Amino acid sequence: MSTISTLSSRFNIPSHPVDEVGIKERVARLATRSIKKFSKVEGLKLALSMVDLTTLEGADTPGRVRQLCTKAIHLHSGRSDLPMVAAVCVYPTMVRVAREALKGTPIKVAAVATAFPSGMNPLAVKLEDTRYAVGEGAHEIDMVISRGDFLRGDYARVADEIAEVKKACGKAHLKVILETGELGTLDRVRLASDIAMEAGADFIKTSTGKIQPAATPEVVLVMLQAISDFFRKTGKKIGMKPAGGIANAKAALNLLVMVREVLGPAWLNPDLFRIGASKLPNDILMQLEKERTGVYQGGDYFSND
Amino acid sequence: MSRNGTSGKNGRLDVRKTYKMLVGGAFVRSESGRALDVEAPGGGWLGHVCRASRKDFRNAVVAARKAASGWATATSYLKGQILYRAAEMLEGRASGFREVLQSIGLSPVAAKTEVSQAIDLLVYYAGWADKYLQVFGAVNPVATPHFNFSVTEPMGVVAYVAGEKRPLLDLVSGIAPIVVGGNTVITLSTGRAAVAAMELGEVLETSDFPPGVINLLCGLREELVGQMSSHMDVNALVVQGGDEKEHTASREACALNLKRYFPRDPGGKGDEDPYRILDTVEIKTTWHPVGG
Amino acid sequence: MGADWGYAPAPESADHFKLKDHYGLFIGGKFVPAVSGKRFKTINPANEKVIAEVADGGEKDVDKAVKTARAAYDKVWRKLSGRERGKYLYRIARIIQERSRELAVVESMDGGKPIRESRDVDIPLAAAHFFYHAGWADKLGYAFPGKSVSPIGVAGQIIPWNFPLLMVAWKVAPALACGNTVVLKPAETTPLTALLFAEICQEAGLPEGVFSLVTGAGATGAALVNHPGLNKVAFTGSTEVGKLIQKSLAGRGTKLTLELGGKAAHIIFEDATIDQAVEGIINGIYFNQGHVCCAGSRLLVQESVEEEVVTKLKARMETLMVGDPLDKNTDIGAINSKAQCDRIRDYLKIGEEEGAELFQTQCSVPEKGYWIRPSFFTKVAQSHRIVQEEIFGPVLAIQSFRTLNEALEKANNTPYGLSGGVWTDKGAKIFKVTRGIRAGVIWANTFNKFDPTSPFGGYKESGYGREGGRHGLRPYVELS
Repeated sequence: MSTISTLSSRFNIPSHPVDEVGIKERVARLATRSIKKFSKVEGLKLALSMVDLTTLEGADTPGRVRQLCTKAIHLHSGRSDLPMVAAVCVYPTMVRVAREALKGTPIKVAAVATAFPSGMNPLAVKLEDTRYAVGEGAHEIDMVISRGDFLRGDYARVADEIAEVKKACGKAHLKVILETGELGTLDRVRLASDIAMEAGADFIKTSTGKIQPAATPEVVLVMLQAISDFFRKTGKKIGMKPAGGIANAKAALNLLVMVREVLGPAWLNPDLFRIGASKLPNDILMQLEKERTGVYQGGDYFSND
Repeated sequence: MSRNGTSGKNGRLDVRKTYKMLVGGAFVRSESGRALDVEAPGGGWLGHVCRASRKDFRNAVVAARKAASGWATATSYLKGQILYRAAEMLEGRASGFREVLQSIGLSPVAAKTEVSQAIDLLVYYAGWADKYLQVFGAVNPVATPHFNFSVTEPMGVVAYVAGEKRPLLDLVSGIAPIVVGGNTVITLSTGRAAVAAMELGEVLETSDFPPGVINLLCGLREELVGQMSSHMDVNALVVQGGDEKEHTASREACALNLKRYFPRDPGGKGDEDPYRILDTVEIKTTWHPVGG
Repeated sequence: MGADWGYAPAPESADHFKLKDHYGLFIGGKFVPAVSGKRFKTINPANEKVIAEVADGGEKDVDKAVKTARAAYDKVWRKLSGRERGKYLYRIARIIQERSRELAVVESMDGGKPIRESRDVDIPLAAAHFFYHAGWADKLGYAFPGKSVSPIGVAGQIIPWNFPLLMVAWKVAPALACGNTVVLKPAETTPLTALLFAEICQEAGLPEGVFSLVTGAGATGAALVNHPGLNKVAFTGSTEVGKLIQKSLAGRGTKLTLELGGKAAHIIFEDATIDQAVEGIINGIYFNQGHVCCAGSRLLVQESVEEEVVTKLKARMETLMVGDPLDKNTDIGAINSKAQCDRIRDYLKIGEEEGAELFQTQCSVPEKGYWIRPSFFTKVAQSHRIVQEEIFGPVLAIQSFRTLNEALEKANNTPYGLSGGVWTDKGAKIFKVTRGIRAGVIWANTFNKFDPTSPFGGYKESGYGREGGRHGLRPYVELS
């Protein structure tokens, strides 16, 4: 394991204080964007193409995962104009099942690793967890940071761990979950974002989905601003993945608005923006059907997979 | 004290006082070299006082401006201490002041009352120094997540034209609320009241007021009011007395830099009115978010 | 697919109310034509179309209005208890809330401001202003400890075109709450919401003559100011006109308060929350097309973060949408009038001639109407006219500084003193700088916030008197 003393030379994290009220005001203003007509339809389809369709239950079975993969490919019967989701997100033991089910599609398989969701295991175990998932065929690894280390101020350990996991990922993309609901303040969200990007994250991700609050618009905005600053400083485009509690079409469109206005249109594609969700697609589908037919929809007409 | 006696008791020749103006902490004659005769109450000659020129006023404004930020940021406690010190100094020279006031026409009783009231008025305003902000400031419950408060701040440099009726009190009752509000002041005293004003300068100079906080001029009202109302580096003008013609002209001239203008009736009605402090302070409101 | 995703037009509907073809003056509780029979047109600055015709009030109309205001003062309003006065104001506040969408749409049509602002800022704040002052009407003794409080009499009030209804509220609510009656003249380019407000007074059953409205241009305003029947004049507008009013009132006992121009410094320190500061700059100068007397029109940024701030500011500015004020996504609406648009263009030219470097965003603007893209100047000197003079448009002058004292010196180096801003994450520095700026309203780590409880008004040539809060009552009472 690399030593803490190397941190200061490898990672230079400047302070970026964040004002909570200012963030809330900006979020409120972004939320006033009115997305209607064609931009609503296009936006909702775009959002669908960015979904990491997720199942992370202790009760997951191969059958359940296969069903989810079917949904990932065919979001709604009878509509050929819909994109596929970007990825399916599962536990490591389900990676192989998912790969099999998604064969022949561009849909990626993402695996949560590093003792998800708590991260409360030794680094060696986390690295082994990662290598296992990659070995099973995961294209993407969603790791959790050690919030305990972070909260007691051992940022070097947090950074080193991310760097080690990144190495263990090999060619797989690394998404670093900050679990913002446990960090307490937006200043810390910003700091954790900076550490994750400096340490090698390809994506930064808000939450595991197991803790509330999760992907609040405030947290998303702070992380987007961190990505913007990192790009200005390094020229590297880091991806963003809000996850947890994003259940309706309006929230999804609001996310697109935020990405567009904070990072710019270059980030508006599944390579750089994902939405971790399980229930979101159906709400989007209901909205799309409403736009197509002109009548409000009911849940019974959409498959719950 | 007698100004026109050529000899005192025992055949000794009096040493007369030359009344000088107080500008920037120094006692000065008018740069113009001009003086005014002061007529004794019963007729005859009482003495000379300076006849301040427009340039003297300008110099006083420079001194007052220089002293403004230091006095504005002096603690309220210190301002109160210094005003109280001025009361102490005046008390110490009360008998001399009574004589001065009598020499310019006040009866012994009136002189005694006026000196006592002037001392008490200084004590009164000394006490306001660290309280008027509490009474006149505010915390404002805005409907957004902000902490919002309003405080008083001095306007800056204030000019004051004192009446003549109460030679000492008209001056002190004008100066006290102005300086307790954190402003520096240039006063103009006229007629026989100028003698009392110049005498007061000596008291103030020993009261720990920083140089330039209080500047005392004497001269002719009709010559200087126009300067005071039009000067672009004066923030407010307070006048006692004056006729409608003067007020109209002053208001017009004050419009040049939107100087605040406060005409006051002569007489003691509002001497102890703390709302006078409010006349020469501004209200500043500050917003700051409340968040984590 | 994502790269060209944008926002479809989202126009606010304007079909839920109907404006009249023409409006009279509102005198003695009734709409009446001008004695001269003259009218002027009010146009939509976003498309140059006539919205309605409005009576052009003259001296005789003003005289009538002041006399009915005097009668209402003597016979009704001054005799009414504070409690009952307050209840009228509560009614007005409620009706403004009930008609809020109509008021917002008309405000945007008549003045050019984006519906997002009229809907979310102007109209709710106007209602809040009446609500706040309603409660003071029967509690004035508590506002002035040790004093007995009485009204002044008849107030003549003149308001500008940048926040038409909100300025009605700022002026009328405290005046009525304190027991005065009012004759108000709105700006000639934005009379419509004031006229709707007159309807609201009718709906509220406000006694006749307590509030009168005389529409017209500068001559109408002059007639009002010069009317000997006024006890009080309150003016919001340019410093130039404010000085003229002070002069013309010099020989009279009429009380006067002035809320005038500004050239606020907005100071960004290197330890600021930079992204929020950039948003503060945007709110500071591009809010309401920069037609804001307290706009943060001078940016003072610490040299060590100048490049970062300017880069981010440019990026943020490029997301600002300029166009149809009634589109819910519009950030910057139309310049209020052709005259103002020409004036801003002149300043853009002056700035370039002075040697400053102009940046303007790339967004498209409609063909008809009056538009200025968000703009700023760099390489400006303290002596430049674009630094010294109020432009009243979406034009920012950017200067840098090295030390706190230098920032304060530059900030205060102006005859104005209305507002100021500071951004730093260090608490002690906030207090030092907010104290150091010589201005009546200071926003620390925020900008352009308004609230009825918060006193607003200037130092020096930005005027005198306060509006809002307990201090805003003072200009409308006699103390004894």
